[in-house]
Amino acid sequence: MVVTVILIGLVLIIAILAVVYRIHSLVDVARGNHKKKVTGSNGVNAALLFAFLVLSMISLIWYSVSRFDVYSLPVASEHGISTDNLFWVTMAVTGIVFIITQILLFYFSYRYRYRTKSKALFFPENNRLEMIWTIVPAIVLAVLIFSGLKIWNQVTADPPEEAEVLEIMGYQFAWKTRYPGKDGQLGKYDYRLIDATNEFGIDFRDKAAFDDFTPREIHIPKGKPVLLKIRARDVLHSVFAPHFRLKMDAVPGMPTSFWFIPNKTTEEMRIETGNPDFNYEIACTEVCGRGHFSMRMLVVVEEPEAYEKWKSEQEPWLSKNQDYLAKVPEDLQELALIKIGIDQ
Amino acid sequence: MSTKNIELEAELHEHDHDHEHHQSFITKYIFSTDHKIIAKQYLFTGIFWAFIGGLLSVVFRLQLGFPDMDLEWLRPFFGKWITINGKLDPEFYLALVTMHGTIMVFFVLTAGLSGTFSNYLIPLQIGARDMASGFINMLSYWFFFASSVVMFISFFIETGPASGGWVVYPPLSALPQAMSGSGLGMTMWLTAMALFIASTLLGGINYITTVINLRTKGMSFSRLPLTIWAFLLTAIIGLLSFPVLLAAALLLILDRSFGTSFYLAEIFINGEALPNMGGSPILYQHLFWFLGHPEVYIVLLPALGITSEVIATNSRKPIFGYRAMIGSMMGITILSFIVWAHHMFVTGMNPFLGSIFMLLTLIIAVPSAVKVFNYLTTLWKGNIVFTPAMLFSIGLVSFFISGGLTGIFLGNSAIDIQLHDTYFVVAHFHLVMGSAAFFGMMAGVYHWFPKMFGRMMDEKLGYVHFWLTFIGIYLVFFPMHYIGIAGFPRRYYSFTNFDTFSMFTDLNAFVSVAAIITFGAQIIFAFNFLYSIFKGRIAPANPWRSNTLEWTTPRNPGHGNWPGKIPEVYRWPYDYSKPGAKEDFIPQNIPYSQTPESNLPFEKDLVEKEKAEKES
Repeated sequence: MVVTVILIGLVLIIAILAVVYRIHSLVDVARGNHKKKVTGSNGVNAALLFAFLVLSMISLIWYSVSRFDVYSLPVASEHGISTDNLFWVTMAVTGIVFIITQILLFYFSYRYRYRTKSKALFFPENNRLEMIWTIVPAIVLAVLIFSGLKIWNQVTADPPEEAEVLEIMGYQFAWKTRYPGKDGQLGKYDYRLIDATNEFGIDFRDKAAFDDFTPREIHIPKGKPVLLKIRARDVLHSVFAPHFRLKMDAVPGMPTSFWFIPNKTTEEMRIETGNPDFNYEIACTEVCGRGHFSMRMLVVVEEPEAYEKWKSEQEPWLSKNQDYLAKVPEDLQELALIKIGIDQ
Repeated sequence: MSTKNIELEAELHEHDHDHEHHQSFITKYIFSTDHKIIAKQYLFTGIFWAFIGGLLSVVFRLQLGFPDMDLEWLRPFFGKWITINGKLDPEFYLALVTMHGTIMVFFVLTAGLSGTFSNYLIPLQIGARDMASGFINMLSYWFFFASSVVMFISFFIETGPASGGWVVYPPLSALPQAMSGSGLGMTMWLTAMALFIASTLLGGINYITTVINLRTKGMSFSRLPLTIWAFLLTAIIGLLSFPVLLAAALLLILDRSFGTSFYLAEIFINGEALPNMGGSPILYQHLFWFLGHPEVYIVLLPALGITSEVIATNSRKPIFGYRAMIGSMMGITILSFIVWAHHMFVTGMNPFLGSIFMLLTLIIAVPSAVKVFNYLTTLWKGNIVFTPAMLFSIGLVSFFISGGLTGIFLGNSAIDIQLHDTYFVVAHFHLVMGSAAFFGMMAGVYHWFPKMFGRMMDEKLGYVHFWLTFIGIYLVFFPMHYIGIAGFPRRYYSFTNFDTFSMFTDLNAFVSVAAIITFGAQIIFAFNFLYSIFKGRIAPANPWRSNTLEWTTPRNPGHGNWPGKIPEVYRWPYDYSKPGAKEDFIPQNIPYSQTPESNLPFEKDLVEKEKAEKES
């Protein structure tokens, strides 16, 4: 019933439009509009262009200012402060260029609309002008490039020796994390050792693997460098931690990494945002299949003391899955038992 | 080209003329070797695909704007891809996104734009009877058609069309077990693309050969309209970069079907460790973007060429800085080949390589800026006639500025860390490449419709179409900048899983409504286009009072374009509002000897030269 009414309505609307269109074209013919160089529409379009300029600039500025807190994401890492700064410097530079060029575009269109008596200026070229607008953008861009280079080199420099290391692995469709345990060294892995329980493919022939632990969420200390060792198990994924301004692809067969210094604890961020439920999140930004939009992992930033305490309370993976002790070579069995804290 | 040659061609043409009426429907309209018919074939196919591509985007915008909406009513179209809860299947959502991208980039803005206007305008504007090889030209279209058919059929197969994003990065696209779209759908995608690449190369060879060899007497490179310069450079980019995509696709086919490991290494999927070792997904990305980035300019340059022509004509002014425009297009052409890895700053590529590509990328902003300033100066002190084509060209410049400036953020690797693969990128390329190129295409259709079909499109409907589309596009894509700054990732089916992305449900709904209205406005265009082909007002010989050669042909140019001799060219195409001239335009085929009142000092010497040549 509803569908029929809508259909009839649509047909009527189309019929009305068709009639209006037909009348309008006949009126045009009667007026002899097509013989004129321009019709009254020319002035209307010129005015509309000008109106568009004014209205769009007003709404742009209004929205950008009034919603600033909504779209600007609080930053929680050291390098994030510099990249954000560069972002806003670039915004200022391009913003000015944007406003000037758009104003010129629409204002010129309006101002120089067709007039029967006037004639356009024959002005085919001017090398000085061309030079100016080649060189000035080049200089501005050079400044932006070098500021960017400086920050990029810092961000991608080798991580400090003392960085906290942890591994994050993407798979369809979640993240998993592994910490090196007390020895501070992540054990080796091999993708052929992966099974339903040993999801990381940890290789227990390597003694560094014995005390590795795999918590449900990531904990990291505030104010200390943290090195993420990133890998993927099946297809491409990308680690994206928006508040840390951190993004790096996870590539099967090619481990990647990203290091950063978190500078606000989760608690501090809860106060800053006024949201008591605030949590740092990691998302995936490389399309990876059906569940791409659901690869969420929580990150907790704590004061270093709290972090150390949390770390010391974690139980090694091997101690939770003691079946895998069988995979440990004979000569290392004893060491494995000591490392996972099982007394004989 | 010598005069003798032209006479010879004229004779040949007369010979052709006799036969023209004996052509059957099939040789005239289907397997035609006439560049004008082929151009129209490209145009109709392009418009068809544009509607399909647009419709797909409306469907996924429904999901993004109204995640709770009951989409049961779409079941007649999408069948099992609507889940039992009346929701879009998440994998089909990705398929929609993938096909929207592929269709728009390749079928609409490459084939539909370059295919239409390079074919249509090159012979007409350089003064040639047809393309260098009509047969290769015909093959080019039919390869494209075959590609279209394969791609279209892939919508209807059980496992669905390709769905790994239009970039189809492996391993996702290489492993059918990773998603259903990577099965037969992906094979068909690769087949369609291989056919498409063949089509582009055949077309490109023809465009280049024609521009170099078949220019009429007097049509030196320094007198070529900027449209032709743009088409020529576009064809060169395509010819050099599309083969690399073919290589990328070929290796992907080998990985998928023949057990090689070019892109695959150390993969554990669906409870199984695959034997592939030593491959690199990054290799694919390098190969893909070696085409993928130049592709942006393959899409954009023809639009900029068309705009240059339309803006000069309708400002009644010479294009400002003709040589600077050519220079900047050449600069863009060369630089377009050495910026590709800026799509890969955070893929794990060596950061030093990132620094180099950042440098090269930001350099490409300079020639782009030059073009914008030249457009602005062309408008300055003009006498502007707002035809629909002119409005679309002004819209293009506006989009080119808006989208181009955000490129300066994304090209900066330090800023790109945060913005990569967010909605900021979506906003950026939809404005600078998608919308700008689309507006170039629309400007072209409105401007050359009278030549193509011998009739005028309705101006008023054109204005309505322009305003709804122009405002609509800004309302769709401008808000995406804010969504992107807030960190929202691309290709997300829904944002409800994350607290960080919990805002902007209102803005996303707003964007979706704007998208639907913008799409609806295209129906006005479709009506105007189809109606005017049959019922439009008869076009005058030179409706826009333009200088280029196509307007010297009969209203409906036949096979061979000019009934008699091909006109000779004496001047550049931008003698608009020349001081002293009777009219505000002097077509290219008017000798300086006929315009003593408006000749500039250096042109007076050319009069002598013309005389000398006439005598010899």
